[in-house]
Amino acid sequence: MRKITIDPITRLEGHGKISIFLNSRGDVENAYLQIPELRGFERFCQGRRAEDMPQITSRICGVCPVAHHFASAKALDDAFNVEPPSAARKLRELMYCGYVIYDHILHFYFLGAPDFVVGPDAPPSKRNILGVIEKVGVEIGKEVIKHRAYGQKITAILGGKATHPVCGLPGGVSKAISEEERKEIEDMVKPCIDFAKFSLRLFDDIVLKNKDYVNLILSDSYTLKTYNMGLVDKNNKVNFYDGKIRVTDQEGEELLKFDVKDYYENISEHVEEWSYIKFPYLKSIGWNGFKDGKESGIYRVGPLARLNASEGMATPLAEKEYKHMYETLGGKPVNSSLAFHWARLIELLYATERAMELIKDNEITSKNIRNPVGEPGEGFGVVEAARGTLIHHYRLDENALIDKANLIVATTNNAGAITMSIRDAAKGAIKNGKVNDGLLNMVEMAFRAYDPCFACASHALPGGIPLEINIYNKRKKLYKSLKRNV
Amino acid sequence: MKMRQTKNPEKLKLAFYWAASCGGCEIAALDIDEKILDVVAVADILFWPVAIDTKYKDIEAMEDKSIDVCFFNGAIRTSENEHMAKLLRSKSKVLVAFGACAHTGGIPGLANVGSREEVFNVAYLDNPSTENPNKITPKTSIKVKEGELTLPEFYDTVKSLNQVVDVDYYLPGCPPSPELISEAIDTIVQNKLPPKGSVLAPSKSVCDECKFEKCEKKISEIKRIYEVKEVDPNKCLLEQGIVCMGPATRGGCDARCLNANMPCTGCGGPTPESSDQGAKMISALASILGVKDEEKMDEKEVEELIEKVRDPLGTFYKYALPTSLINRRVMK
Repeated sequence: MRKITIDPITRLEGHGKISIFLNSRGDVENAYLQIPELRGFERFCQGRRAEDMPQITSRICGVCPVAHHFASAKALDDAFNVEPPSAARKLRELMYCGYVIYDHILHFYFLGAPDFVVGPDAPPSKRNILGVIEKVGVEIGKEVIKHRAYGQKITAILGGKATHPVCGLPGGVSKAISEEERKEIEDMVKPCIDFAKFSLRLFDDIVLKNKDYVNLILSDSYTLKTYNMGLVDKNNKVNFYDGKIRVTDQEGEELLKFDVKDYYENISEHVEEWSYIKFPYLKSIGWNGFKDGKESGIYRVGPLARLNASEGMATPLAEKEYKHMYETLGGKPVNSSLAFHWARLIELLYATERAMELIKDNEITSKNIRNPVGEPGEGFGVVEAARGTLIHHYRLDENALIDKANLIVATTNNAGAITMSIRDAAKGAIKNGKVNDGLLNMVEMAFRAYDPCFACASHALPGGIPLEINIYNKRKKLYKSLKRNV
Repeated sequence: MKMRQTKNPEKLKLAFYWAASCGGCEIAALDIDEKILDVVAVADILFWPVAIDTKYKDIEAMEDKSIDVCFFNGAIRTSENEHMAKLLRSKSKVLVAFGACAHTGGIPGLANVGSREEVFNVAYLDNPSTENPNKITPKTSIKVKEGELTLPEFYDTVKSLNQVVDVDYYLPGCPPSPELISEAIDTIVQNKLPPKGSVLAPSKSVCDECKFEKCEKKISEIKRIYEVKEVDPNKCLLEQGIVCMGPATRGGCDARCLNANMPCTGCGGPTPESSDQGAKMISALASILGVKDEEKMDEKEVEELIEKVRDPLGTFYKYALPTSLINRRVMK
């Protein structure tokens, strides 16, 4: 069988390669997305100081460090049995909005848009942000750069630095903001709202008004009917920072709604020999291979899945766009993978609106930003990373060192769905042995929609503490070996 | 050092690559903001997987030394990381170890406390949320029903870039600050690179850039940051009893963690005069700790005092274990 390899896959965060097998007719028999990397965080987090975890785990991913930072800080709040003061909670959520702003802008314009603005089969040398700027003009290019930078700067003011922030502590944050800093942030949030609106108009002009692109979005090759997962507030609206984990089925009906501390009972992971990534699935449905539909426990997370798993957005402009998307694409849920791009921009608008609410909150400059911690124990934290649900779970020993760390990471949740998406896209694009760069890029577009972060997915794997005790008899012969997780 | 191609003097050829890394160095490179437009005006970026659709085969097809400067971030964790380090070394005139992982091993280097077997066991086998009845672990060569697939080998030991190839320059930090990146790019564009082997950052320590006041006061106890109700925002954190890696760490970061009232954790790597960052910090800490009647303390009391520093490995060697004097746990 002929094998075609795309190595490395590009315009994503982290490493991956695609192998496509063609049968004797030259059609696609199967395709594999392999993750060739692993760092083993779960192992070396053992024994570390608990308070170091928000900074150590942020190094799982430099694109979504804020997500890990606060999933970790929230797990520590829980482990030390402390509730942060209301102002600290708001500062964390505000910083989280800054992060969503820069991350969603980064993905849409730098990673995703080249396929639509420049075109899926444009020459590879043009299919990038510079090609996008060439096409839309340097003035718009500068706006993109400026607003991404605003997101980073908001995060840096609140977190010390944007990439690998330091402010998160059990019981709150390390730094309050002054009135000047508050004003500075407000002045950056305001244009971000307009930029988010502009981005949705651009999507409308370039993608939705192009019949070929709409057909591509709605085509079978880019459609998967999986379960959807996302964090929701008490009204079942999308929330990035807090809430309950909700799962809806292929018809949009609620299947599960659970608190993060019950994640073990709801999520399991499957292992394959051909990738360092694992494949999570819903425990109650089970693992039934790389299939979609009701009988397969595979689910999706991330922008589109979050919108599908919720009942709307908590801010007015984003809510309007939410309804517009479902009206345009034929109701809820939307199963077209390429609609992830659209959902991402709706979330960008939500993040800017929510940031504005928070920065105008009277409490945001309060100096009451930390509460004293209790005794160390076990804790769970969950946030919605830009790419999906992210869970941190720690057990602390009596000296507040990490005894056990367990993480379920955003992109890992999508591993099964991404595998199917690239297989289906390859089957749709490659026929009778005809392969070229443009067609292979159509395969890559299938994973790109998810904005995967394989650094996250392959560097953070759950685990228990390994322990091995060897007992020798007096002749120094091994008498008994006790092993736990070795 | 000279690196421009004579036949095409008008445009520099640059490459960015990530090995065992988090992607934060790529984001840091984007944080030079609008300056990126100036960079692409004078340079072609030949390879940058996060942003550009160049594949490995395109790099393999290049002539040796056809890249002027390659910025390489991430540690060496797998056989693919090592292969790419060697490939890019041969294709590049100047190779820059970009960021803490390539420079000193970084946080992934903490994995040198364990082995491959331990990492695999924790990840794939004895794991509470993993359903793996057939005890499957990833393999370097796998037969699937359609043919063969391969994966890179996962090594036992994490290495810095200069432990596998010759490195010309180092850009420290996790990630390097946008200011340092900007200055490095200016230096390259103006063809004013310092002698080979230089670290492209100030030679002063983080303390020299810190706003907190130092009173040369002795401390009698070590506290953990979450135990301190409110950090005094005017006073040296070490003098408040909080372990801060500032004295042992190279600056160039504007002490931004301290500006958020948090201690330095050492991402800039060792200062120029010391090769072992952790040893220097332990010595700095020893000189500031002044316990009453310490001469009269017995061994047990001394041990109790040392115990106050929880997790010395993670505290003193957070970013530099692979390049420190003792760089991994002894393998059986």
